[in-house]
Amino acid sequence: MNSPRRTPKETQAIVERSLNRRYWAERRFRAYGFAAVTAGMAFLVYLFFVIFSNGLGAFRQTQIRVDLYFDPAVIDPAGTRKIDDLRAADYQALIRSALKAKFPDVEGRAASRELSRLVSGSASFALQKRVIADPAVIGTRETLWLLAGDAVDLFMKGQVDRALPEAERPLSDSQIGWLDKLKSEDALALRFNKTFLSNGDSREPENAGIWGAVAGSFYTLLLTLLLSFPIGVAAAIYLEEFARKNRWTDVIEVNINNLAAVPSIVFGLLGLAVFIGFFGLPRSAPLVGAMVLTLLTLPTIIIASRAALKSVPPSIREAALGMGASKIQMVMHHVLPLAMPGMLTGTIIGMARALGESAPLLMIGMVAFIVDIPKGITDPSTVLPVQVYLWSDSPERGFVEKTSGAIIVLLAFLVLMNTTAVILRKRFERRW
Amino acid sequence: METAVELERAGINLKPSGRMPDGEVALAPIESGKTVGNIEVEDPIFRCRDVDVYYGAKHAIKKVGIDVAKSQVLAMIGPSGCGKSTFLRCLNRMNDTIEGARVEGSILLDGRDIHDKKQDVVQLRARVGMVFQKPNPFPKSIYENVAYGPRIHGLAADRVELDEIVHNSLQRAGLWEEVKDRLQNPGTSLSGGQQQRLCIARTIAVNPEVILMDEPCSALDPIATARIEDLMEELRQSYAIVIVTHSMQQAARVSQRTAYFHLGDLIEVGETDRIFTNPRHKLTEDYITGRFG
Repeated sequence: MNSPRRTPKETQAIVERSLNRRYWAERRFRAYGFAAVTAGMAFLVYLFFVIFSNGLGAFRQTQIRVDLYFDPAVIDPAGTRKIDDLRAADYQALIRSALKAKFPDVEGRAASRELSRLVSGSASFALQKRVIADPAVIGTRETLWLLAGDAVDLFMKGQVDRALPEAERPLSDSQIGWLDKLKSEDALALRFNKTFLSNGDSREPENAGIWGAVAGSFYTLLLTLLLSFPIGVAAAIYLEEFARKNRWTDVIEVNINNLAAVPSIVFGLLGLAVFIGFFGLPRSAPLVGAMVLTLLTLPTIIIASRAALKSVPPSIREAALGMGASKIQMVMHHVLPLAMPGMLTGTIIGMARALGESAPLLMIGMVAFIVDIPKGITDPSTVLPVQVYLWSDSPERGFVEKTSGAIIVLLAFLVLMNTTAVILRKRFERRW
Repeated sequence: METAVELERAGINLKPSGRMPDGEVALAPIESGKTVGNIEVEDPIFRCRDVDVYYGAKHAIKKVGIDVAKSQVLAMIGPSGCGKSTFLRCLNRMNDTIEGARVEGSILLDGRDIHDKKQDVVQLRARVGMVFQKPNPFPKSIYENVAYGPRIHGLAADRVELDEIVHNSLQRAGLWEEVKDRLQNPGTSLSGGQQQRLCIARTIAVNPEVILMDEPCSALDPIATARIEDLMEELRQSYAIVIVTHSMQQAARVSQRTAYFHLGDLIEVGETDRIFTNPRHKLTEDYITGRFG
């Protein structure tokens, strides 16, 4: 109650007494906010630390240096130099003899097999490729770095405990002895992992690469963007600028808001039933994945675009209409350019969500084990989050760092995508 | 007292309704559609009769009839919420854009009903330009602001012609000298008064027949206001101008005819000099003498 009989002095005193409380409230609120931000940042830093400390190893792999003799007697005993003959040759034997030359005292079949296991099974394919590409190397001697097996890779990354009994280790005592010797000769080293960035998936950790998933994600997201942005923006413009406001538009609005909250796996089932089951589109394809993700991102884009359109000042619309612009001219020339930054923000949010989705893609078969790099939108492929899921589920120890490596690639993809969108938005945002 | 006779003939009871004890004016009951003064002019550009406007259930304009003369400024005055802006917006059908607004009655532009099915609203607005209360240049360059109208209506065959239209329009709006070196600057970088003149330039660039102005100076300082008023005097040589204003001095300065609105009714219309020196309706007199409003 404001008593009119109070003197100004008394009023002042009352105000002064309340000041402390008010400032305290403000300080308290600031402290809460600061604590919240700090907690958030701490979690983020921890997450990044874990991912990077686990995952950076995936970008390096162990290789073994050998002096390799491209023995004509093994590769092409008939001397035809025909591709079929070159392809059928036993390159494993070349590697075996090269290793044998390094460790001449290894005797017996079992020991020889152990020795050759140091090198990855895929190393012979690399040799085959090299010979077919350039048959002139046959008969020459070369120093080559061969891909080591996954156990050797773990050994180099310090994940093999020498103290364990031999039976519980992936490497035997004699193998560790050989590796120590190779290491002392600098013939065993961690080198940049091109395989990880250029290969598709593989059952062998040392051969597994992320590129198939990157290509799959790229095709899927590009198509999602091409589908969802125009459809979403057009729907928003129609609903906001042209549709009569009546019960039907209310119903549509409520349903769009509801769709935004539907669990994503439901969209996956819908895609499976409609796109694959009814329309017979190919399984595991980025085409279907993109269509499902479009359904998923549309509500986000429509809601954000409508909000952006609503925020365009009515005076601009009146000015345009008053000049004799038709409604579509008003929208295209004046309203849309002003609303574009907001629409792009909504699209970024939608696309970021689409990039991270795995559940609906599992439903349409993008979880399949696919080694080939997809070359188009109908090739079977997988996407980054699904690849993370697949690797995290794999029993081999070597996939642990691959999983984190894939997450790093996923984050890099996300950052790249968002940066592009932010730059685009900045260009549109050139306000006057 | 020939005015009283005239008024009685017009069916208006001018007998003073008497002062209330506390000095408030007791208002005579108003009969809609019974406007004091001559609503007709010879060879009008607009002829409005029995115009009603509803916003949903609200009856905003009641049976308003008035002519707009060519080469004249018609000022519409009245207290806030009296419907003068609403009526102005009827003339180029800007009320169409308001959800739930309904316009009835006949509004003839050059003898043709603007609500006729054959009348295209885009074409109508090209003929009847509008300047708004708050300067609202497009968020584009000064040049683009003026060029926009001619461009969408296809008035210029090539760039040279467009340049000429832009130049002439800015010249006529008295803005050319101030902006000729910075045509590519944003229109919103100008001062308020310049922005309003830019909006006028933008309007005359499409060469309309009528310019509607909705309180064009309410956001401007006196100097900018004076410039706009001078401009109106010049523009009325070629265009009919209808202006809504809250300033009676402005109405007296710029207009040849004045219409007084009150709560949706058009109370009185007449030559501006006559309205301000010798109002015939009690409400008009109370308003212009500042008893309310």
